[in-house]
Amino acid sequence: MSENWLLKNGRIIDPVNSVDQQKDLLIIGGRLAAAGTPVPENVQTVDASGCWIVPGLIDMHVHLREPGEEYKEDIVSGTMAAAAGGFTGVACMPNTSPVNDCHAVTSFILEQAEKGFARVYPVGAISKSSKGESLAEFGEMKDAGVVAVSDDGRPVLNSQLMRRALEYASDYNLAVISHSEEISLAQNGVMNEGMVSTRLGLRGIPAVAESIMVYREIALSEYTGKPVHIAHVSTAMSADLIRSAKSRGVRVTAETTPHYFTLTEEAVEGYDTNAKMNPPLRSEIDRQAILSGLADGTFDAVATDHAPHSSLEKEVEFDLAANGIIGLETAVSLTLALVRDGIISEQRFVELLSVNPARILGVPGGALSDGAAADVTVIHPEMEFEYTSESVVSKSRNSPFLGWKFRGRSVMTLVDGKVMFNILP
Amino acid sequence: MTAGYHFSQKHILGINHLSPEDINFILTTAESFKEISTRKIKKVPTLRGHTIVNLFFEPSTRTRLSFEIAAKRMSADTFNISAATSSATKGETLVDTARNISAMNPDIIIIRHAFSGAAVMLTRYIDAAVINAGDGTHEHPSQGLLDMMTVREHKGRLDGLKIAIIGDILHSRVAHSNILGFTRMGSQVFVYGPATLLPKGLDHLGAKICSSLEEAVKEADVVMALRIQKERQNDPLFPSLREYAQKYGVTRDVVGLARPDAIVMHPGPINRGVELMSDVADGPRSVILEQVTNGVAVRMALLYLVMGNS
Repeated sequence: MSENWLLKNGRIIDPVNSVDQQKDLLIIGGRLAAAGTPVPENVQTVDASGCWIVPGLIDMHVHLREPGEEYKEDIVSGTMAAAAGGFTGVACMPNTSPVNDCHAVTSFILEQAEKGFARVYPVGAISKSSKGESLAEFGEMKDAGVVAVSDDGRPVLNSQLMRRALEYASDYNLAVISHSEEISLAQNGVMNEGMVSTRLGLRGIPAVAESIMVYREIALSEYTGKPVHIAHVSTAMSADLIRSAKSRGVRVTAETTPHYFTLTEEAVEGYDTNAKMNPPLRSEIDRQAILSGLADGTFDAVATDHAPHSSLEKEVEFDLAANGIIGLETAVSLTLALVRDGIISEQRFVELLSVNPARILGVPGGALSDGAAADVTVIHPEMEFEYTSESVVSKSRNSPFLGWKFRGRSVMTLVDGKVMFNILP
Repeated sequence: MTAGYHFSQKHILGINHLSPEDINFILTTAESFKEISTRKIKKVPTLRGHTIVNLFFEPSTRTRLSFEIAAKRMSADTFNISAATSSATKGETLVDTARNISAMNPDIIIIRHAFSGAAVMLTRYIDAAVINAGDGTHEHPSQGLLDMMTVREHKGRLDGLKIAIIGDILHSRVAHSNILGFTRMGSQVFVYGPATLLPKGLDHLGAKICSSLEEAVKEADVVMALRIQKERQNDPLFPSLREYAQKYGVTRDVVGLARPDAIVMHPGPINRGVELMSDVADGPRSVILEQVTNGVAVRMALLYLVMGNS
């Protein structure tokens, strides 16, 4: 297939290059062509009228389940879901089986990714087997291709180990991503602690279980001077802590997810296991605080925490159900709703889903610069569709958004100028 | 009873799903059935040919026996499955167990389960009527109903009463059902216990949270003590049973603060000398055994009413 494309009449939104205007985008040989470059003969033309053309979206927090749990998702199916959702790159968390805590697992993931539909940026473990006891080999994993380290899925409970991880990771320019959870407070909780957990008789996880650990990470970052990234922020208090840390110059960055700014603990009503995740869906006050943080820059990124599970893990008693939901195919639509509601601008949309994830992870992309690899996402902000079980591209179906009618979606995804997904005529 | 009222619940999953009219109707039906248990021949043919499965994943003596007696007095065929003998011990999921039992066409499944929401979950996979006989720390509706029946018998009404519930509210499905039930019927529920055992958002269920035992019990019409579950030792909820009994136990002096005609209740089984002193449990104010008697009548009514709707 030709890697020469002409996307006509779209609105190009490229904050890094201060571009927001209607014009054509030319891709030659998989690279973005400079303005004024003559259009070659063998070019495929796409009419992108009414669409946004943005730098390829990057989801900095997904679980691809390979190696080990390929019945839930694998690298090919997960990246196919990513492309369908408008993502040209995904950072995959290391809690596979085995854990990605060494160069061999990292290399395997990257080898599998060659057959995939989006760039894969492996995240290595902070500690060996993510057990929280001793540091994994950051240097070798970096050589093999990891872009960050995290024990995501569980917190690094030992504060000394976390301090050393921040320090040692900086030798290799690796982002350190914190799953912030004080386990002794979270206990065996299965949803947010509050009115709804009491009504449903489910064990609660208090908001402070997250916020206390967010504060520890900020304190360690401030003390060591090393950066830290806070994953999947869900509480108002965490947002406040991050905002105030940033204002005094602490090198903290943070992501939140579409489910925390869209849903609340009320979604658990009826014991819906597709509303079970960790951290849990919080109160309306928390949701509002997350929205404020997205608007004012407290949050750098929107990530999905795409966590596929099969019916084996979800069609069970709520207490026994696995944590997590899929999110790659709904993130763009849910975040577009914030633009429509006037909470964030179009530029901020691109920053949250492309510019900042690329910057935090230190990976290419985030801009439509002349000569750069043509990782491009085309979004139709008005196209309506219903998200149904049949339409899901991921191997798993664990989404609380099944049956939702959405307005706006990704319609074309190009990686290196190759079309990975396209529903444009 | 409101004109044109029709009991329309297919399942009994929690008091939260019942309207005041539903509760009144169930209690009135139960009162009419109570007499059957005093007959020499304690059996009516009402549910002849109906199949009722008792699916108990948690140990229970009183509730299970009560449901079984209720079903047999209505001439239903009853079958008991308990955790120890079920396929759950062979790794079968609750959904599969439910589907398999459902394939044998029972009319009613009565479920007791350690996890909240288990009864609600069953209704998604099976056609039979489901009665929740206690799910985790969520609800125990038949207990709430038998408690309301007992109070109504003694007080002649369910509105305008002060109900004091003392003890472990956090882990008590009985407390949850009673708070919902009594407030829905127009009474006020005052709760007291160690702060560690009062869950967040309790006030949203309609309960008034008290700061002393005296505040809760003073001038109460009903004093209900809740069981302390001794097996919950992994979480530091209170220092010792000894201190609990001293500070939160319902003694004769405590009951003395209530109205002179107040009744004392307990959902059982009692830890004597911990949450309830023996002289109170066995004293003249105690209606604990009447609760048990009414339990059979309430469960007969529930079986009858859900069958009337299928």
